Amino acid sequence: MATAAEEALPKGRPAKARPVRPKLGRDDLIMRAFMVVIALYLVVALALPLYAMLSKSFSTFRFDLTAYEFQVSDEQGSFAVPPVSAAALNEELQAVPPENLATNGDGRLPATSFFPDFSFRSPVMYRIRATGDDASYLIGSERFAGSRWQEVDSNDFRRVMLRPVRDIGLANYATYFSTPSLFRSVENSLIISVISTVITVLLAFGFAYALNRSCMPFKGVFRLIAMAPILVPSLLPGIALVYLFGNQGMLKAFLLGESIYGPIGIVIGSVFFTFPHAMIIITTALAISDARLYEAAECLKASRWKTFWTVTVPGARYGLISAAFVVFNLVITDFGLPKVIGGQFNMLAVDIYKQVIGQQNFEMGAVVSVVLLFPAVLAFTVDRIVQKRQVAALSARSVPYQPKPKPRFDALAFVYCSLIAVFILGLLGVCQFAALIKFWPYDLSLSLKNYAFDLMDGGGWDSYYNSIRMAFLTAIFGTLVVFIGAYMVEKTRGFESGRSLFQLLAMLPMAIPGMVLGLAYIFFFNDPRNPLNALYGTLAILVVCTVTHFYTVSHLTAMTALKQMDREFESVAASLKQPFYKLFRVVTVPVCLPTILDISIYLFVNAMTTVSAVVFLYSPTTTLASVAVLNMDDAGDIAPAAAMGMMIFYTNAGARILHLIVSKGVLRRTQAWRFR
Amino acid sequence: MTFRSICLTAAAASLLIAAAAKAETELTVYTAVEAEDLKRYAETFNKDHPDIKINWVRDSTGVVTAKLLAEKNNPQADVVWGLAATSLLLLKTEGMLEAYAPKGVEMLDKKFVDNSAPPAWVGMDAWVAAVCFNTVEAEKLGLPAPKSWKDLTNPVYAGHVIMPNPNSSGTGFLDVSSWLQLFGEKDGWAYMDGLHQNIARYTHSGSAPCKLAASGEIPIGISFAFRGAKSKAEGAPIDIIVPEEGVGWDMEATAIVAGTSKLDAAKTLVDWSISKTANEMYNTGYAVVAMPGIAKPVEFFPDNLIEKMIDNDFEFAANNRAAILQEWQRRYDSKSEPKG
Repeated sequence: MATAAEEALPKGRPAKARPVRPKLGRDDLIMRAFMVVIALYLVVALALPLYAMLSKSFSTFRFDLTAYEFQVSDEQGSFAVPPVSAAALNEELQAVPPENLATNGDGRLPATSFFPDFSFRSPVMYRIRATGDDASYLIGSERFAGSRWQEVDSNDFRRVMLRPVRDIGLANYATYFSTPSLFRSVENSLIISVISTVITVLLAFGFAYALNRSCMPFKGVFRLIAMAPILVPSLLPGIALVYLFGNQGMLKAFLLGESIYGPIGIVIGSVFFTFPHAMIIITTALAISDARLYEAAECLKASRWKTFWTVTVPGARYGLISAAFVVFNLVITDFGLPKVIGGQFNMLAVDIYKQVIGQQNFEMGAVVSVVLLFPAVLAFTVDRIVQKRQVAALSARSVPYQPKPKPRFDALAFVYCSLIAVFILGLLGVCQFAALIKFWPYDLSLSLKNYAFDLMDGGGWDSYYNSIRMAFLTAIFGTLVVFIGAYMVEKTRGFESGRSLFQLLAMLPMAIPGMVLGLAYIFFFNDPRNPLNALYGTLAILVVCTVTHFYTVSHLTAMTALKQMDREFESVAASLKQPFYKLFRVVTVPVCLPTILDISIYLFVNAMTTVSAVVFLYSPTTTLASVAVLNMDDAGDIAPAAAMGMMIFYTNAGARILHLIVSKGVLRRTQAWRFR
Repeated sequence: MTFRSICLTAAAASLLIAAAAKAETELTVYTAVEAEDLKRYAETFNKDHPDIKINWVRDSTGVVTAKLLAEKNNPQADVVWGLAATSLLLLKTEGMLEAYAPKGVEMLDKKFVDNSAPPAWVGMDAWVAAVCFNTVEAEKLGLPAPKSWKDLTNPVYAGHVIMPNPNSSGTGFLDVSSWLQLFGEKDGWAYMDGLHQNIARYTHSGSAPCKLAASGEIPIGISFAFRGAKSKAEGAPIDIIVPEEGVGWDMEATAIVAGTSKLDAAKTLVDWSISKTANEMYNTGYAVVAMPGIAKPVEFFPDNLIEKMIDNDFEFAANNRAAILQEWQRRYDSKSEPKG
């Protein structure tokens, strides 16, 4: 989309080609400087952490047998036999096969492996030392290194464990693909994502079709309801499903004995939280269809069924494909939902969490992240290609389609949309209901006890206030960075290579799953050699991470608005000898104000609901409401988790309403020219 | 910079340092103690030492351990107060703990003190496995109350048992390591093979199985006694069963993180953490504490719990942890279809 516009621009280096405009040269320099600064931000907040993560995935551990020497005494305890290295022993005995020498950071190799006739009752004494620089070993839980001999009797020799040293290589990947429990998640993730995508896109298409092509009443209300899932963390539908279909669920019988914990739950929940995303994209695609085609179809006496398949579907095909890939990406990278309702069904995003949090195996976490990157980047790339085509399909002569009342079809559309609305409102309602019940299912009296967050895991009410603070900062700081970045990249003249590099950087975040970003941040920012290390554990890193995570959509929104503004503005300002920042302040920002507000509410809402990116990064003073939902659910405090989830919903709904009011006011004040 | 300004800066700096010395010391304390107890712990400590402020970093055992390991070369914590001994042993083998013998350490049960001299960590209280059994749901399903670990492999319980995943939960790991110690390596895995047939799912957290049993989501949750007693006190229809073969346990322990810049305050805290007052404080929730003769019975705690605690070999648990988890994952984590 961006490159098409860029190609249309005259190429060349203005500073050299038109040396008569020195004043502009300064503006250009400042603009380029701004662009470089924001590009640097993206490099530090995105590219470098990802690089740190990639290198972590190649960081392996192995037992370096050449670095240990043993000496064994005779039964009288005198050491007559010369010392021998563990490597030499292993070569002779083949005690430890080479593939078992690769391990993880927690690996331990009993020294007795090299002494097949070892007996802890024997009077033989053993000596051990490490000859390598970083080789170490344990006697019991005591750690030793260095070339001083340590002497132990045979009973203690049982407790000698060799520790691995760091190495670089593909061993982690080899382990990953030779461990069925790990790589089966790839298959699971793909299957779940495809199923959820098909269902969501079909349902959302029906909904969007009803909104666009029927004359049913309450369209605005339906649209509003369909958008509601955007306002809650993806864990919330999982919690609702536990109350509905869990073993004590209100509607358990509907599942006919199947368990909600597993694929069924993940798919239903995924449909819930991806529905609005698909619905928006498909609605847009349907809205641009050309009424003239329908007239033609009518003239040719095509049946409605045939018209649907030959006009409607092809017209919306790019929207459908785009929606499919967006949904696919959302499902495969989501972590909260499978964590809550996945049961024994492993998915890639949850595997990252399990490896890092459960087993402290950061290297394997990095490997799973790299594996998860593949489908995510692929889906993203296809989506980008398709979206470019869709823009090209618009024509200036198109006539917008206006639906005519068709009582039977309208009634059908109304019923269908009502069903979807009941599904969405039902899940939210169940959460609110559960949050108010004292002790489900044994004491159904109402109480506010589940709101006593301070008594639960997850950070209490502080986490809620932290979330609001974080969301505000993200909205303000993020909008600033994104909009200025978009402005510079759109309005700077020349500097093609720099601009396309910037575009690439700005597109990248969308392809990076939140879990991957969060883990990459640990590796990058928690490195003591990193001068930015002080950020680690602060609210700032959460803000940086969230802004980066949601950069792409904000950037694209800003770009769209800026593209609508003619470049003539810049030329006029230049000929009036006005610097660009004045133009930016007096014209660009006021004209784009609705878009700026849209970006900030987008960032605010997502900062409130995001779990995946921040779950690795929060600290005790910066716990977040969304993470609190996760942690409370994890500890089995499901009702308080639902309560906190609904707090996020109300906050976001409130923010949306506020945004609507402010937008209306702003629109009246700054956009009057549009209606003249 | 002129000599004058250097003098002025130095004077200002010394003033600042003096002011800081008078002000209270802040300690960053990593912990896995349940959130609802933390405030009480800090308040009780501050009664004796109002000049040391505790900044808690609280998370589940796995998260805190991961955090500490991730920060290995750049420690953020001053003290770890209330983390599983198995985790502290892990940190010890990484050389991350500052060995220190707190005042009065000789008063503690030797089981509760690290065996190096000076000890790298000291224990606070024991945290004992138990089975939470929802009597209402069991009656509905016609399930008999299990008496032993072996009972839980009875096919009648198929799909009615939940336990924590040892890969993510400290409680889950202590169960697995206790079975391996109780039954021996071979029979231990055979036992888990049988149990696995009855498990509905493995949870991430250790307290979740008991909370799920309390809410009737599952009739039987393998969890720990402390959590069970709490849920029972809240009115959940559960019995806390102590399997007769013996139960695994881990202790919550305290240690100073090597490299802390506030060693004196850290020592003060660790000294206090093994005092009589502290032990009495732990006793509010935990029936077994480090100082002998202190513990009073805790409400709803099963009577025979202490005698059923196995002779836990922490070194075995720590040194075999990676291998055990790998084997567990190979055997049980690849199941893609949930049961139940």
